[in-house]
Amino acid sequence: MSNRLKSIEHEIIKCMKCGNCQAVCPLYKETRAENAVARGKVQLAAAVLSGKLDYTAELAHRFDLCLTCMACVSNCPCGVRVDRVVLEARAALAEKRGLSFPHRVAAAGLARPALMQKGMKAAGIAQSFFFKRGERGMIPRFPVGLDLKRVLPVLAKKDLKEQLPEKNAVENPVMRVALFAGCVTNYVYPGVGLALVEVLNRHGVEVVLPKQQHCCGAPLLIHGIKDTAKEMAVSHVHMFDAAGVDAVVTVCGTCGEAFRHHYPEFLSGQAKDAGKALSLAGRTYDIAEFLTDVVPLDHTLLGPLDTHFTYHEPCHVGRGLGAAGKAEKLLKAIPRATYSPMQDPGGCCGGAGSFSFEHYKLASQVLDRKLRDISGTDAGVVVTGCGSCRIQLNDGLAQREMPQRVLHTVEMLAHSITGAREEGNCNGRQ
Amino acid sequence: MLQKEIINELVKIIGKENVITGREDLLCYSYDATPDVPDPLPDVVVTPSNTGQVSQLVKIARRFKVPLYPRGSGTNLSGGTVPLKGGIVLSLLKMADIVEVDAENLTATTQPGVIIQDLNNAVAPHGLLYPPDPGTVATATMGGSVAECSGGLRGLKYGVTKHYVMGLEVVLADGQVARFGGKTVKNVTALDMVKLFTGSEGTLGIITEIIVRLIPAPESRKTMFAAFNDLSDAGNAVISIVKNKVIPATLEIMDQVTIKTVENFSKIGLPTDARAILLIEVDGIPEVVEREADTVLEVIKNNNGKVQMARDDKERDGLWAARRTALPALAQVKPTTVLEDATVPRSKITEMLLALEEIARKYNLQIGTFGHAGDGNLHPTILTDERDKEEMERVHAAVKEIFEKALALGGTLSGEHGIGMAKSGFLEWELGAGGVGVLHKIKNALDPEGILNPGKMGFNGGTGHE
Ligand SMILES: Cc1cc2nc3c(=O)[nH]c(=O)nc-3n(C[C@H](O)[C@H](O)[C@H](O)COP(=O)(O)OP(=O)(O)OC[C@H]3O[C@@H](n4cnc5c(N)ncnc54)[C@H](O)[C@@H]3O)c2cc1C
Ligand code: SF4
Ligand code: SF4
Repeated sequence: MSNRLKSIEHEIIKCMKCGNCQAVCPLYKETRAENAVARGKVQLAAAVLSGKLDYTAELAHRFDLCLTCMACVSNCPCGVRVDRVVLEARAALAEKRGLSFPHRVAAAGLARPALMQKGMKAAGIAQSFFFKRGERGMIPRFPVGLDLKRVLPVLAKKDLKEQLPEKNAVENPVMRVALFAGCVTNYVYPGVGLALVEVLNRHGVEVVLPKQQHCCGAPLLIHGIKDTAKEMAVSHVHMFDAAGVDAVVTVCGTCGEAFRHHYPEFLSGQAKDAGKALSLAGRTYDIAEFLTDVVPLDHTLLGPLDTHFTYHEPCHVGRGLGAAGKAEKLLKAIPRATYSPMQDPGGCCGGAGSFSFEHYKLASQVLDRKLRDISGTDAGVVVTGCGSCRIQLNDGLAQREMPQRVLHTVEMLAHSITGAREEGNCNGRQ
Repeated sequence: MLQKEIINELVKIIGKENVITGREDLLCYSYDATPDVPDPLPDVVVTPSNTGQVSQLVKIARRFKVPLYPRGSGTNLSGGTVPLKGGIVLSLLKMADIVEVDAENLTATTQPGVIIQDLNNAVAPHGLLYPPDPGTVATATMGGSVAECSGGLRGLKYGVTKHYVMGLEVVLADGQVARFGGKTVKNVTALDMVKLFTGSEGTLGIITEIIVRLIPAPESRKTMFAAFNDLSDAGNAVISIVKNKVIPATLEIMDQVTIKTVENFSKIGLPTDARAILLIEVDGIPEVVEREADTVLEVIKNNNGKVQMARDDKERDGLWAARRTALPALAQVKPTTVLEDATVPRSKITEMLLALEEIARKYNLQIGTFGHAGDGNLHPTILTDERDKEEMERVHAAVKEIFEKALALGGTLSGEHGIGMAKSGFLEWELGAGGVGVLHKIKNALDPEGILNPGKMGFNGGTGHE
């Protein structure tokens, strides 16, 4: 029936139903419902395959309940790629049932860069109409489909692509890299892109920012909109291949995974694109990986920062790209900065792209665990490596009236390098 | 589908949000961790939050004569929670409070939905330990482990769950709430009902509160690892360690199939030419631990084993990682992993190991054996594919022979995984008609309508795959 699920059958039958995933699944921890845990989802997929279940709306809701945090994957004795099973099931469901209206709109927007650019601009202007400015960000004025309490980031007045030139050169570069910024960095936290250029330039690395870049496609993939995501992959593979760079650097684990895992998979059937995709995949690095494995962080550049920080490992940096612990190591090199690790640095914050929009209550419960972990460290700054986590953490900190600030790894490094007096400065740049 | 009337009654007691009837959700309660057993859907899943609700739910089941299946985390390996005859699955996961940690009396009181590891985390600050530690310690519930009487890696020295349960609150099949045992070290009042309900696999009552004994956490420990080129040497070493009056906390074995698979899977430098590996940990007071470790080293040498002692925590963790990877590594070889639970007196361990190799040859099956050699509890693990009907028949025949052999050696059907549906057909081999008769009398007295977990332990037409 569904070729999609059939194509993933080898993952489904690997599951020995041991239940080990219960120990780590953030949604199961909150709900303690078998349908929320990896085992339940894999068995639901198995039931569809064997014809016991249909592609019902209820089933679609069940598969919505996953953060694709991959905690289950890294704890599974049988190596079941639960994330792939969930994504394939979502794609199959989207095919069979069609998409909900908001998902359709989002898909159309994300898939058309020019439209997206305009939309985000308009949103920036309209933002003040729909939202009032709170201390920490924007709070919805009317029920616009979001929780009324929700604190959202302020959209940047000038996005990153407007702020940065295409080419950020240095004399005698040791390397040329392309920055793939991703939507959140471009529109919400352009400071991260600026910090990256700062840090890499100081390391003698030239940074180009291909201006036609758009969304990596992962948000579409996550909602089962696989075909459009594939078109976006093709466009990026051509664009970044043409940039002729030594490496692609990302500042978000999900974007990194798109280049490293999804693009080669999407294009595997297309002879000449497949080679390009693979070649790009082989030289794509999250910034924490890049400064660890490619151009190692130059400790002599680092100046002191009197700050007490902790680190939240984004799921898709730690487990997705297999870069767990790398950012922490870099950050620990900053003189005078005190690091207090969380009990569970890799525990999901509940953000998961749009999950937190669609399941605000559940996502907040997951977030609460994280916030307790953060406050247990007594740190004043939370460093992380993903814009989506940052939005989620900021919301939670604001809701609980916690004083901590959130920074991206590369911003923290930039502060240390440029001698910013204290880490809070970065917020001025947004 | 259950009648609307019954569903309405259930909703009246625990509210709509705790009564699950969607087909998609019901499907998620049709299985547990057992391979190769049927997986029928229940009609409804209920999630009560206190004993009073459990009692009322049981009364409804009784009134309408609907089967009721208690369920913890569903990690058992004997088909214990499969809703064989439809009806109500009673999930106890919402009753998850640690009621009390009593450090003075060395006891803890918990609700049934508490995860074993969570209890250990709660008692650790008091320097205490709850010793039963099944492989699923991070997922299994207290209720499920008491009902299953689960064991684990520390079984040799510390025993199994029943050695730690001091008191129980149980909701009986008629909805009455009964309490047995308590906090006193000595308690010989009347019949030992605490033991009766421990290991009753959800067939006699619903456990709603548990008092357990804690022990002071051992001060120190030493871990070592020994490789043998001969299976008999390994078996003899196991016997001889205990003969020399050392009771290790853990004495684990891995056979050659397992060693090779683990090494292939995780490349940790295991000797793949060894016929068997033993992993031994002694724990307790530092001076005693020193002496015991010396004795163990001596015994291993005398039995031609090559030994390696963990020098620090990191090496110790490495050795444990090797043991913990056994099942995962085996599980990745083939899609279906049939994990058995053959248990023999310690002195027969070598014979059993050799017999398992022979059975694998005879039925042309891949069997990796690892397990708790010190207490004679082996986990021969058959690697197969459920979809291969012909091979599954050979698997069933092999399983049967494994139990025949274990019983012939004076062993038992289950060291720790219980009977459930998977082994109910073999019960009479071990207990005889008389023994099985007693079980039925007890069952009939406590649950005359047969509503509690029908089809398990041979009650109400239980049927395994044999
Ligand atoms: C990978 C793996 C490793 C394992 N390792 C071990 C091991 O080392 N040692 C070991 O002994 N077992 C082991 N097991 C088996 C299993 O984990 C244990 O039996 C565990 O204790 C079951 O707990 P549970 O909460 O999952 O119970 P469930 O599976 O939900 O239920 C088990 C039985 O108890 C009944 N039950 C559950 N809760 C209650 C209650 N409150 N009142 C009355 N009846 C109830 C159920 O009806 C069922 O019959 C392992 C399983 C797996 C998958
Ligand atoms: S841990 Fe893996 S094998 Fe075990 S139940 Fe979860 S998904 Fe299945
Ligand atoms: S990916 Fe995360 S949320 Fe989804 S099933 Fe696995 S552990 Fe749970």
